[in-house]
Amino acid sequence: MNWIDIIAGVMLLAGSAFVLVSAIGVVRFPDVYMRMHAATKAGTLGAGLMLGAASVVFGELGITVRSFVVFFFLLLTAPVAAHVLGRAAYYANVPRWERTRLDQLAGRYDEADATPGDLARPAGRGGDEIPYP
Amino acid sequence: MILFEGPWTFLSVATLVTMVAVAVSILVASLRVMRGPSLPDRVVALDLVGLLAVSVISVMAVATGKPVLLDAAIALALIAFLSTVAFARFIEWQGEKAE
Repeated sequence: MNWIDIIAGVMLLAGSAFVLVSAIGVVRFPDVYMRMHAATKAGTLGAGLMLGAASVVFGELGITVRSFVVFFFLLLTAPVAAHVLGRAAYYANVPRWERTRLDQLAGRYDEADATPGDLARPAGRGGDEIPYP
Repeated sequence: MILFEGPWTFLSVATLVTMVAVAVSILVASLRVMRGPSLPDRVVALDLVGLLAVSVISVMAVATGKPVLLDAAIALALIAFLSTVAFARFIEWQGEKAE
C-alpha cells in the first residue's frame, strides 16, 4: 500500500463515477442534444481519468506519453464529433424537447432546401432577430 | 490478471469496482442504442460505447500490467471518431435526399 496505488485507485474510482453518470444521462435525458451533452463531456473526463490512472500505475515515460496522446486525441475529437452530429441532427429535424425555449438557428438556415453550407444570412450582424419567447 | 492473483489491495478492489461500473455503463448505453427514437440518438450512444471501450482497455492495462494495450486504445479512439463523423455525414445526406 503505497501512495501511487492510492492515487491510481482514486483516479479509477472517480473515472468510473463520471462514466456511470454519463451513461445514465444518455438514457435519462429527454432530447438528443442533451444526450450529446451528457455523453461528450462526462464521458471524456471519465476516460481521461482512467488513462491517467494507467500512466500513474506504470510510471514510465513512454507509457505516460502514450496515454496522454490518447487523452488529447479524445479531447480534440469529442467536440468535433459532437458538433458534426448536432448539426446533422438539426438538419434531420430531430424533435426537440417540448420545453426548449430558445432556438438561435431558427432563421439562419434556408428553409426551402436545407442544404449544408447554404446559410441564409440575416441582414445586419444578426442576433437581433432571434425569436425569444 | 496479475493484479488479482496476490492478496487484496486497494488498487485491485478499485480496479474491480471500475470494471463493474464500466460494464454497467456499456449495458445502459446500449439500451439507448436499442431504444433510441431517432438515428442521431443511436449514434450518440454508439459514440459513448466507443469511449467506454477505450476506458475498458486502459483499465485492463492497469489490471494485467501490460501497457501494450494502450496502443489498441489509440486505434479504437480513432475508429470511433471516424465512424461518428461518417454517420453524421450519412444523416445529413439522408435528410438532403428526402427533400
